Amino acid sequence: MHALPLVLAAIVVWLAIGALGLARPRNLFYVGRVLFTAGAVIGLFLAAVALIAMREVPQTIVLPLGLPDLPFHLRLDALSAFFLFLLGAAAAGISVFSAGYFRASEGTAPGLLCLQYHTFLAAMACVLVADDAYLFMVAWETMALASFFLVTTDHRIPEIRRAGFLYLLIAHIGALAILLCFGVLQGETGDYSFGAMRSVTLHAAWPSIAFLLALAGFGAKAGLLPLHVWLPEAHPAAPSPVSALMSGVMLKTAIYGLLRVTFDLLQGQLWWWGVLALVLGLATALFGVLFATVQTDMKRLLAYSSIENIGIIVAGIGLAILFKSYDKTLLAAIALTASLYHALNHAFFKSLLFLATGSVLHATKERSLGKLGGLIHRMPWVAWLALAGTLACAGLPPLNGFVSEWLLLQAFLFTPSLPQSFVNMLVPLAAAALVLAAALAAYVMVKFYGVIFLGRPREPNLAYAHDAGPFERIALVWFGAGCLLLGLFPVQVIGFLDAVNAMLLGATVNRPGISWWLLAPIDTDRASYSPVIVLVVIVGVLLLTIQVVHRQYHGRLRKGPVWDCGFPAQTPRMQDTAEGFGQPIRQIFEQFFRIERMLPTPFDVQPRYFVKAGDHLWYWLYLPVARAAEWTARLVGRIQQGRISAYLTYSFLTLLALLYFVR
Amino acid sequence: MTATGFLSQLLQLAIALFLAPLLLGWVNQCRAWLQNKSAPSLLLPYRTIRKLFHKDAVVAENASPIFRITPYIVFSAMALAAAIVPSLATDLPFAVAADAIALVGLFALARVFIALAAMDLGTAFGSMGARREMFVGFLAEPALLMVLFTASLISGSTLLPTIVETLAHREIAIYPSLAFAAVAFTMVSLAENARIPVDNPATHLELTMIHEAMLLEYSARHLALIEWASALKLFNYWCIGLALLFPYGIASASDDWLAILVATPVLIGKLAIGGFVLALIETLSAKMRIFRAPEFLGTAFLLAVLGMLVNLLLGS
Repeated sequence: MHALPLVLAAIVVWLAIGALGLARPRNLFYVGRVLFTAGAVIGLFLAAVALIAMREVPQTIVLPLGLPDLPFHLRLDALSAFFLFLLGAAAAGISVFSAGYFRASEGTAPGLLCLQYHTFLAAMACVLVADDAYLFMVAWETMALASFFLVTTDHRIPEIRRAGFLYLLIAHIGALAILLCFGVLQGETGDYSFGAMRSVTLHAAWPSIAFLLALAGFGAKAGLLPLHVWLPEAHPAAPSPVSALMSGVMLKTAIYGLLRVTFDLLQGQLWWWGVLALVLGLATALFGVLFATVQTDMKRLLAYSSIENIGIIVAGIGLAILFKSYDKTLLAAIALTASLYHALNHAFFKSLLFLATGSVLHATKERSLGKLGGLIHRMPWVAWLALAGTLACAGLPPLNGFVSEWLLLQAFLFTPSLPQSFVNMLVPLAAAALVLAAALAAYVMVKFYGVIFLGRPREPNLAYAHDAGPFERIALVWFGAGCLLLGLFPVQVIGFLDAVNAMLLGATVNRPGISWWLLAPIDTDRASYSPVIVLVVIVGVLLLTIQVVHRQYHGRLRKGPVWDCGFPAQTPRMQDTAEGFGQPIRQIFEQFFRIERMLPTPFDVQPRYFVKAGDHLWYWLYLPVARAAEWTARLVGRIQQGRISAYLTYSFLTLLALLYFVR
Repeated sequence: MTATGFLSQLLQLAIALFLAPLLLGWVNQCRAWLQNKSAPSLLLPYRTIRKLFHKDAVVAENASPIFRITPYIVFSAMALAAAIVPSLATDLPFAVAADAIALVGLFALARVFIALAAMDLGTAFGSMGARREMFVGFLAEPALLMVLFTASLISGSTLLPTIVETLAHREIAIYPSLAFAAVAFTMVSLAENARIPVDNPATHLELTMIHEAMLLEYSARHLALIEWASALKLFNYWCIGLALLFPYGIASASDDWLAILVATPVLIGKLAIGGFVLALIETLSAKMRIFRAPEFLGTAFLLAVLGMLVNLLLGS
């Protein structure tokens, strides 16, 4: 069966659904219930097709579209198919959620939103199947623009416009780097199809330059340090389903691009690329998680957590490059599997969490953690499903986040077999940084869940919060079940991921004859983990304990007021706020934040307390660059005299210079 | 799966479940002796648990199901951990289900749930305890993993039975990497089990408590299960420590069931000494301010990393 035409059909149908949104842009029932649901079905279809295509031989199609002599090349191989599956599965859930989510608002009309949304989906699918730099860049830019418009849905709010602009700016810096990267990769052939790039052998420093450009370009999209600043601005600004789509899927297209360039288009990887990606990834992970602990806005917290997860994924890729450069393909396969697995896991649990914040936002009109609390009683569906996402994001067994971290740590532990002692020394430090980030992630997630869903409501209006509607529930159940299943059946998931490993590295993680319930890469004597058994035992012991305790003793239960050491005058404001919960971390890692404080004095009539933990990089890197750009612009501005004769002279001089070069 | 393996698995689980409170009682008794106090009964923890099981549970009106299910989850996680950590024998058919990394994951699962349950009622002490518990955990957990990694690098495996098997068959000597790991592990286990100098298990002094602050709202069977789980956690940590640092005397895979019978008194003896050492540490040190805890745990973390580096440099 040919899967690629089916993928193309899905892309075309998505675009058509988007265009249909314009027919009756203000009709919520038509746009939401009909069109978004149809889009979800297409997403499911795409996921199914991709799953089948993952084990098939690569397929190619040349479409006679685009500029003359520059047809679009399309290719569907295991790597594309994996990311298409991720896109389809996540889009299916998010679209169902959107069907019940979007309301009439001051911002973009729902119909127009539908067009932007489905264009965004189609563009991401195009990026994944593009087989030449031309189509890739067109799709990449379409993706950036569509998501820019989605981010600025509420464009009447100045901060949102500003966030959108920052996003667009960094997206274009990244796109420039990617464009230059393709320029290097084509060698001197002038042929921009990926097929030609694979056969070109680059010499001297050129492969490294191409890799660095790819790391910068795709890193800007993924949110790697130091090009991460757009992420915590854009994610909170966007409507929640869009945040979910951007965080869950769009960041992964950047991971796709990095893998495509590094493992497919470039031949032979150098060890220091791996070290660079590893260090950068871990720095990003630690940075992201540290900033997540001090956030007070729930979506901003999740955005920083996304930065952390992307860091972990890139660290895994770095490790895979490192192993590959020493021809240890099996270990490289484990590291790459951990990365891909984490990408898939992140798509599920982060989409779940972003969607849950969307439901909370709708129910309470509030996104500041300091004004939420106790929602588990009002919104049980959202709360219990968000718990699955929270535990997965915190990397706890038996959910999915743990499996990928387990695999990555295994990959770290096998490193001492590398020939270079310097690299061997680096690895324990890297492993230490990784586990520190993972442990801090648990801190962040306890804060996130505890402050929003547990405790007592911090504001009186939370008593009127309502649970999510049926469409939102279906979507949350979809992602929650995904988190559980991906966590419980790692062997089966890796069976699919092995197609990517086989294609990029020529090695697979799963060995023939392994049992379906025991994850044991390399050897059962070295390491094994069985989430099914862990879950069965925990649930079994739990039920048994309840039974025994109730039979042996009694099950009597009385309800009473909260005790709290007998302190009577309790108010909900005495609970930890989000700020208070993050305070220990802020205090220990004070140097990493740029802290603005306003402390009240005892004599203030209206005491005000204010703390803001800012990002040093913004002041050290971005503002100087912005100032330099303004200064240069002013300098260049001096030659603008406003006189025709002067401009004609400039044109003449330019022409002379060009003639000299082209000669 | 061999019959011996199955037997040793069951026996080990039973010993852990039923002897864990005794270890707690022993530590309390030793501490009382060392501090010149009259010692409570060795069986006091059992009596406390039994008494609590008989009482009526009082649950706050605004408690969610998370609050009520947490004691059971924590207890199950600790019981599973007790089945995995080789204390009596290394022939454990169950141990393949979770290796050292998954074991740390299990501890983290218990910690996260207990912290969530503490935040559930929205009391000032509960959320303070949760914050402090996570705050101690975020440094202790990586340090514990690093200690286990050092042992894994030596034995080339992350499975605890294999690690113990390898370590038990080496010459008795001081290995520098394990020496670092031992110090780090001791510090971590003090912190993780809410012991002095990080926390004080005997205190209900509001401003200093960590672990106890989270349990204030629990009563009756819920509290009993959590207390039992805490005892199990201490037992598990001590067994991990013994397995990594002093595995001699454990029944290995090739031994028959007689060896398991021999291993049981050996284990009890080792635990008795370990409990005494814990009481000694607690007597000799003073409780730290909460903000000294990161320094303490940071030291443990760095020592563990250092142990791993030493292992790579010296190969031992």
